[in-house]
Amino acid sequence: MKLTKKLLLGGALATLLSSPFAVSTVSAADQIYLAGLVYRTGPYAPNGTPFANGFKDYVELINQRDGGVNGVPVVYEECETGYNTKVGVECYEKIKGNNPAIIVPNSTGITYQLIPKVVQDKIPLVTMGYGRTSGAVGSVFPWYFNFPTTYWSQATAIIRYIGAQEGGMDKLKGKKIAHVYHNSAYGKEANPTLEVLAEKFGYDLTLLAVDHPGQEQKATWLQIRKKRPDWVFMSGWGIMNSTAIKEAAAIGFPMDHFIGNWWSGSENDVLPAGDLADGYKSATFHASGAETPLHKDIKKHVYDKGLGAGDADRIYEVLYIRGLLNHIFALEAVRRAQDHFGVKVPSGEQTRHALENMHMTAADWNRIGLPGFPEIKVTCDDHEGGHPVLIQEWDASAKTWSVISDWIPVMKDVVRPMMEADAAKYAAENNITPRDCG
Amino acid sequence: MIYRETGQFKPTYRSDSAVFPIPQDRWVVVAFVILLTIVPSFFASEYLLQAILVPILIYSIAAIGLNLLTGYCGQLSLGTGGFMAVGAVACYKFSTALPELNILIVLLLSGLVTAGVGLIFGVPSLRIKGFYLAVATLAAQFFLNWLFNKVAWFQNYTPSGTLTMPPREFFGVLVTGAAAQPHHRYLFCLGVVVILALAATNIVRGPVGRAWMAIRDMDIAAELIGFRPFQTKLLAFSVSSFYVGVAGALALALWLGSVETAEAFDINQSFQVLFMIIIGGLGSMLGSFIGAAFIVVTPIVLTNLMVYGFGLEAVTAKHFEFIFFGGLIIFFLIVEPHGIARLWQIAKEKLRLWPFPH
Amino acid sequence: MNVLNAVFVAPFLDMADSPAFFFEVVIGGLMSGVMYSLVALGFVLIFKASSVFNFAQGVFALFAALTLVGLMTGTVPFVLGNTLPGMPAFVAIILTGVIMVGLAFLVERVVLRPMVNQEHIIMFMSTIGIAFVLEGFGDLMWGSEVKVLDIGIPTGSFFYLDMLIQVFDLWAAGIAAILVVVLAVFFQTTRIGRALRAVADDHQAALSVGIPLKTIWVVVWSVAGIVALVAGIMWGAKSGVQFSLSLIALRALPVLILGGFTSIPGAIVGGLIIGVGEKVAEVYWGPLVNGAIETWFAFVLALIFLLFRPQGLFGEKIIERV
Repeated sequence: MKLTKKLLLGGALATLLSSPFAVSTVSAADQIYLAGLVYRTGPYAPNGTPFANGFKDYVELINQRDGGVNGVPVVYEECETGYNTKVGVECYEKIKGNNPAIIVPNSTGITYQLIPKVVQDKIPLVTMGYGRTSGAVGSVFPWYFNFPTTYWSQATAIIRYIGAQEGGMDKLKGKKIAHVYHNSAYGKEANPTLEVLAEKFGYDLTLLAVDHPGQEQKATWLQIRKKRPDWVFMSGWGIMNSTAIKEAAAIGFPMDHFIGNWWSGSENDVLPAGDLADGYKSATFHASGAETPLHKDIKKHVYDKGLGAGDADRIYEVLYIRGLLNHIFALEAVRRAQDHFGVKVPSGEQTRHALENMHMTAADWNRIGLPGFPEIKVTCDDHEGGHPVLIQEWDASAKTWSVISDWIPVMKDVVRPMMEADAAKYAAENNITPRDCG
Repeated sequence: MIYRETGQFKPTYRSDSAVFPIPQDRWVVVAFVILLTIVPSFFASEYLLQAILVPILIYSIAAIGLNLLTGYCGQLSLGTGGFMAVGAVACYKFSTALPELNILIVLLLSGLVTAGVGLIFGVPSLRIKGFYLAVATLAAQFFLNWLFNKVAWFQNYTPSGTLTMPPREFFGVLVTGAAAQPHHRYLFCLGVVVILALAATNIVRGPVGRAWMAIRDMDIAAELIGFRPFQTKLLAFSVSSFYVGVAGALALALWLGSVETAEAFDINQSFQVLFMIIIGGLGSMLGSFIGAAFIVVTPIVLTNLMVYGFGLEAVTAKHFEFIFFGGLIIFFLIVEPHGIARLWQIAKEKLRLWPFPH
Repeated sequence: MNVLNAVFVAPFLDMADSPAFFFEVVIGGLMSGVMYSLVALGFVLIFKASSVFNFAQGVFALFAALTLVGLMTGTVPFVLGNTLPGMPAFVAIILTGVIMVGLAFLVERVVLRPMVNQEHIIMFMSTIGIAFVLEGFGDLMWGSEVKVLDIGIPTGSFFYLDMLIQVFDLWAAGIAAILVVVLAVFFQTTRIGRALRAVADDHQAALSVGIPLKTIWVVVWSVAGIVALVAGIMWGAKSGVQFSLSLIALRALPVLILGGFTSIPGAIVGGLIIGVGEKVAEVYWGPLVNGAIETWFAFVLALIFLLFRPQGLFGEKIIERV
């Protein structure tokens, strides 16, 4: 081998072998540590980026405006997973040593991985509006929280909305509803509930799976043309959403009868379709687009100082607000743990306790700066909260989402028994004794 | 002269055909395995064990499996992900259906099931060769992924379709499930790897391996002198699938704990194992280990170096990681197209002659 | 009995029931097939001339589309401080074509030249390295947002004999047809085309006869790059320019097996067959098993063809010598 090649080879080997395996150096005692398992790369990056920006900006806001939570500064670190489960597990192992206040995996796949692990490592796992729905049964899953609401509850709310639009739940009989879903654990979540409700209310359910990443959906929409359902519900993510909206428009499916779930209703999904997406609806559990006191604070303390993670005009977007909400809940729990236990940096168990007794009232929301958000009550046995759902509609010319319904209550009587059955099965398979929540 | 081979002679055929004929080689390997057993168990952090060492061991088994098929028998297969999924699903079904079964038996059974499946998908190899066979094995990959996603029985009817490995013990020590100690998992993996690697080494040194290599080098000539190509290729598919299935089962049981088969064992996983054996060295046992280590460690090391060493943003680090990873692949292939194992071989030969040039 | 009926009888009755819809499915399949063929063409070109399976073809399409969008909207980071003005589609396409030629030069110099006459699988691996580098580079330059690509191809649909036809698909078919004709003429009639075929046969023999290997490779990779640009434009206009664009290469693989790795007409015919096969199977047999059978069905279909013709429909017969 020539000398240059040898040198290059030696240099490459040396660099590879000498890099530190050991990881983040967050070791200061009086700091609250938060880590985000985000994805700014990969096929779902357009949706993951505003989320990640929301995470970062809220921490920045708390540090800049309040000097931290009760004066204790918050340190936030990102770990890029690319929506890949294995990388997610590696990220988790890397950061768990720093005593994160909560873990937010941002992916249903990674969530399933982490559910048994967080019990051992004593870190609360909070998956807002995704993850394992039956994790709401707090007696079996003490370390797992999925408030404010879950996929199964969402499905019931959607059916309720459709029923209302048709003139009453009894009018659903004989109607045709199609569910276009991402062919993964996430997409399939709503199916059992939709099937149970189909039996209950008598509508004809068609299930249409779309493989990752969902760019080629011609066959799916040909089938919809054949079946001519009255309503289409979509559980998509990433490029599947925008492709579906375009295909729906191409076959002339009425947009106002097309409802996406809360992960299929963001600006990234509707903007590529342009004017064709006008009238598209989606579910959500929070309002968006409007200027709230929180937004004013974010502009003043974060973006005006040049510390914002994304663009200043994107802070009204649906997914950005969801990112904010995640960390709002996280830091609220930390604050309550601090107050309740009188410590500066709560341990995992203390934060868990705060999450389990989380009761957000209208006054709390006003304090945070998001007036109009409804009450959330987490209890020992119910880690979901059973938050109602809103329907929003996209206005393509104004390029905004507007809420077009009231808070639609979820059908707890349908969902809760299913959750408990699934949780009991998990407990049996994994030798878990449910706690006594009485 | 790293060691002297002078004065070493073998009085019996048996000693001459040992796996490591030179005693120094044998001692080094044994010492290395002992070192690998002791040092990480006591000194490695949980992160090192769970996120780096265990995946390397598991991927080594998969890489050995694919190497047997592609490196030794010349049949290019891109269905590795699908076969790992078969192993994982078999492991899940066996351990949930028969909870008292020893985890080793479960692994063995998973491997055997996968070997059977591999046998079926190896049938086209009689007619199809080269890249065509590779793309045909993709049919296996996608079909198996679809099957495990669609048929609810494989997932024990969970609504989400995710398989979660229940906690299982190995002679009283918990090895699966989140409560298992990382070093217990690591030691169990290491044991399985040592046994399987030894078995593979002996298979390729025997008549079976030689038949595979004959088919790989010139299959028509091999057929002319009496090798039976169909049976040989089918055997290669089965043995290779056994290894890959065991790797998949271990991935579910000891590393990930919970898998969604369509996501964890997708087409990228197949490509990843193929990259491992190409970079490591086709047709080389050591190459499988080196390749697995390279593919697992390099992205992590690059990212950590850039995020903690240079303070880059996580996402920028990821972009640069792709660029450097691709660059490293090209670099190693230009420097030594036969893989890193060949580099090691050359280095060893040079060391034996050192300080003489030849 | 029920199962047999459902699999072998009911779908055909379904087809006969509403023939207009069946033809709509077939036409939809043909259109999808054309889109796949566009991607498969790039693979065929490179395989034909250098026996290299270019894993990076999908990433080439993505990179080309990203460059095009960047030039059209005037967002090119790291170049002139991101102050480049937006330019009309026509100019941007030409400029992107030039950039793809430049990329071909780079690939030839850095990757292909040191690897002359290596085994095919090693060259395949090096294209994987190229794929990673380009992907990381593209992400770094333009980010991961979905970018809208609009070069003025009309959208919308109309009804013809009760079947819904989409205008965009017709344009895609037209563009693909033009591309194939141009490529076929190029390969059959020009000197460079013959030289390309010689190189595909044997690198060293071609070198020894005096064919300039380096030039040929640059030409072939440039042409493949431009084909990737066309594919990137069509797919990008259809579903937005983003990382997932590179995954369409996977959908084109069954087309390659079916049509043969070395045949341009094979890429088209293969694409059409796979497109129709996929859609018909998904629409008529899919609901039996709850759908999503498209992907593996395409591969199984190609596999069945392969069992009868191991070199693909139009591929070169593999003659092995002992």
